[in-house]
Amino acid sequence: MNNYALIAIIVLYLAVLFYIAFLAEKKRQSKWVNNPYVYTLSLAVFCSAWTYYGSIGIAANSGINFLPIYLGPVIAAPLWIIVLRKIIRISKQHKISSIADFISLRYGNNRFLGALVTIVCLFGTLPYISLQLKAVSETFAIMSDESSYISKAVIDDSTFYVALLLAIFATFFGTQNTDASEKHKGIIASVAFESVLKLVFFLIIGVYITYYLFDGTSDIYNKISVTDNFKQLTTLGGLEDGFNWFFMISLSFMAIFLLPRQFQVSVLENNREKHLKKAIWLFPLYLLLFNVFVIFIAWAGKLTVGSTQNAEYYTLLLPLENGNSFLATLVFLGGFSAVISMVIVSTLALSTMVSNNLIIPYGFLDKFIKNQPERNSKYIKNIRRISIFTIIISAYFFYVTFSKELSLYSIGLISFVIISQLAPSFFIGLFWNRGFSKAAIIGIIIGFFITVYTLILPFILQAYTGNDDFTQYGLFGISVLKPYALFGIDFLSAPAHAFFWSMSLNVMSYLVSSLISKGNYRERNYAEMFVDSRNFTSLQDSALVWKGEAYVADIKNVLVRFLGEKRATRALTIFFTKYKLPQDTQLADARLINFSEKLLTGSIGSASAKILIASVVKEEQISLVEVLKILEESKENIVSNKVLLEKSNELSQLSSKLKDVNEELISKDKQKDEFLDTVAHELKTPITGIRAATELLMDEDDNMPKEMKAQFLKNILQDSDRLGRLIHNILDFEKLETGRLNLDKHYLDIHKTIAKAINSVSQIAAKKEVKIVNKNIHAFKINYDEDRILQVLTNLLSNAIKFCEPKTGKIIVDYKLGNQFVEISVIDNGKGIPEEDHDYIFDKFYQSKHQNTIKPQGSGLGLAITKQIIEKHNGKIWAKKGKKNGATLVFTIPFK
Amino acid sequence: MKKKILIVDDEPNIVMSLEYTFKKQDFEVYIARDGGEALEILKHHIPNVVLLDIMMPNVDGYQTLKHIKNTDSLKDTKVVFLTAKNKASDIEKGLKLGADKYLTKPFSVKKIVSEILGLVT
Repeated sequence: MNNYALIAIIVLYLAVLFYIAFLAEKKRQSKWVNNPYVYTLSLAVFCSAWTYYGSIGIAANSGINFLPIYLGPVIAAPLWIIVLRKIIRISKQHKISSIADFISLRYGNNRFLGALVTIVCLFGTLPYISLQLKAVSETFAIMSDESSYISKAVIDDSTFYVALLLAIFATFFGTQNTDASEKHKGIIASVAFESVLKLVFFLIIGVYITYYLFDGTSDIYNKISVTDNFKQLTTLGGLEDGFNWFFMISLSFMAIFLLPRQFQVSVLENNREKHLKKAIWLFPLYLLLFNVFVIFIAWAGKLTVGSTQNAEYYTLLLPLENGNSFLATLVFLGGFSAVISMVIVSTLALSTMVSNNLIIPYGFLDKFIKNQPERNSKYIKNIRRISIFTIIISAYFFYVTFSKELSLYSIGLISFVIISQLAPSFFIGLFWNRGFSKAAIIGIIIGFFITVYTLILPFILQAYTGNDDFTQYGLFGISVLKPYALFGIDFLSAPAHAFFWSMSLNVMSYLVSSLISKGNYRERNYAEMFVDSRNFTSLQDSALVWKGEAYVADIKNVLVRFLGEKRATRALTIFFTKYKLPQDTQLADARLINFSEKLLTGSIGSASAKILIASVVKEEQISLVEVLKILEESKENIVSNKVLLEKSNELSQLSSKLKDVNEELISKDKQKDEFLDTVAHELKTPITGIRAATELLMDEDDNMPKEMKAQFLKNILQDSDRLGRLIHNILDFEKLETGRLNLDKHYLDIHKTIAKAINSVSQIAAKKEVKIVNKNIHAFKINYDEDRILQVLTNLLSNAIKFCEPKTGKIIVDYKLGNQFVEISVIDNGKGIPEEDHDYIFDKFYQSKHQNTIKPQGSGLGLAITKQIIEKHNGKIWAKKGKKNGATLVFTIPFK
Repeated sequence: MKKKILIVDDEPNIVMSLEYTFKKQDFEVYIARDGGEALEILKHHIPNVVLLDIMMPNVDGYQTLKHIKNTDSLKDTKVVFLTAKNKASDIEKGLKLGADKYLTKPFSVKKIVSEILGLVT
């Protein structure tokens, strides 16, 4: 095919992708962009040119060994529900923008660790990108007519321009937002589209080769099985191969989590956690479909082409050989799709890391001082744009320098081994809270250097020096240091061998360093957050181990630099509202520090965010003792919260009591009013009588008969007495009720007091011919106020006399000794007290409905006063129930 | 024809003064010591005016008034409260219930007479 036609196709295809990405960015909320299928297809960025072309090369040369690279992800998929979901959740909460951010945050926002992870990722990804460029270049060469033409300079190498186009594409859609944690919907949509294309085209060529060029799978099998070395290609080679498989599977298992582009699509670009549910079965299915025809294509290619030197490109060579350039073009486009998606997502992920974890925290941070959010965000975007270009161009030169000598497969494996060095700090850190930053750094560095020694150095040395002394004899000729057979382990393939040693030592140093060192408070806090993500929300906001001082105004200034005045103010308003803090809060607390760091993390990475915020926060180092103290305090807080709760319960009880008291007071007030009303009424009655009688006596002096006059005068006298008695009783009662009465208590003989009382009413009794008996003749001394008890007895006796029938009336006064008191009874044979009145007779001004006495005699206060006196003596008074004849009133007086 | 007055009060001394006064004014005087007794008397007699205390045992003044108001044969009978309750709210209540006059204790005998005479002639 003509070179220019091919370039035209490439440009046209890129335009289509550009358009798709553009549409997706425009309709960010559309269902077409946000669904589990797009998510799953974006995960298929895993299948790069390495899968598309490289697998067939492996299959042709070493049989089914291409499979473990896909088995790892298939095994990992079910675990996503637990592991990946946790990672996604944490990343969303913290606005994580790359795997470097994620790991550095886990270890307390360690700046160096973030940079180290970035460097590891760069080393792991650059060769990988160059691998893709190599594939483009080689397939381009196969496709074009002028296969004899070999580019001599960068300037006329089409691959260079393809690389440039990809860089432009990545720049355009990768740096729309300053906040790298924002979703790149355009890129993801185009990746999903490419994933469909590469799979469909690969299946088409598979079907074409298997069923068109050959008569189906059994035909190919029958033909290949008679060739040499066939057995070797279809069986596993014993224990050693078993080891190799195991390491390959482990490697790809880790890669599906750790590759920057996988982290980008599976974590950062994840819209909804529930999309994972579909992905865990759909993604393995995708991988399966991709691998169905690999082995048959490889065999078919081997049968047709004969040599396996160019086995990776059988899918192109076979249709071309059969004159089907249309199919070849489709295959080329499929492979190109695999390349584009891988390169763009990888550079996007890497550029974010380079800017957020390398450049900004290590140099450009000082630039962000002035209060110019727009210029700052321009800076950040430019750093990323330059990073993208630099990465892709570096990858191109890497390709020009090294990759030409290596197969796609081996470059891919080198990348995997390098990236896998992040695994211990990543996976163990997720589930073990004792892992600390120092340990992570040591582990990664050791693992990385071992990888360099056992895998990369031999390649480079061989490429430069052209001899393999280093691999043959080891460093300085020491055989145990042979890079492919360290310490005598010589049965593993080079990548498996490198992986074995680097991973073992990485894990070991990570674990040992973690156990012997203690992270600082910040690390411990983040470790707790990541490991126990159930407590995540409470931990991240309370961040209880933080001590320091910062002003909200300073923090706001930092925020304004990156978010702009409006967004910064809004964010702070939301924060204050959420935590019910006053909007004019001056001193920032730990929550605000964390909140602000999180806000900035998306823009400049977590390490930079920490540094920026720290620049305005006077953060003090906290010793372990203090941490424990703070923890203790927070415990105390919980306890004091409990106490508070109890207190508040007590308070509410108290307030309800208070309410009762208040009601009582109100009712007392009301009672007082009623009492005063009654008193007024009672006082007015005799006065009315006196006034009327006096008036009549004055006016009718001459006309009034003498008896009438005498009657009125007698009435006046009676009313006057009543008035006097009433006033006396009211004052007495008031004194008793308000407790102002002091008893004048002495030890006296109760028998004598009873006798005295009987004596004082004897005249009235005699008048009515009522008999009174003092029944108990024994003397008994108790402690009481004699005047008051006399008053009680007289009152009770007067009442009894009042209710007794003349002549037949009989009253008995008796007393007996109780346990601690004497019980005195006044028993009469009068008309008795109706049971319904028993509870009320001691109330002031209570008049029984059944009372039928002549009015002027009572004050209405007699029994009320009596009761007060008895109660003042700590005694009780009551009317005995169940009496058929007469009334019995009983009261008690304690001995002392 | 002699005017008839029913005096309802549980204070005998007050009743005595009133009885003397209205007999002097040539009234036929009926006495009741509470509402119950009053209603009993009203079964057989239709006085021109009832002089009614409020605070009495058993049936009080208010109840007695209501009964009078509800009795057809007593529709021409005037009812005058004579009570020690002299709060504005009490007076309002009494008049609302339909009393023709509300007089308070202690009272001037002459004033009571003129009020009652004003009411029945």
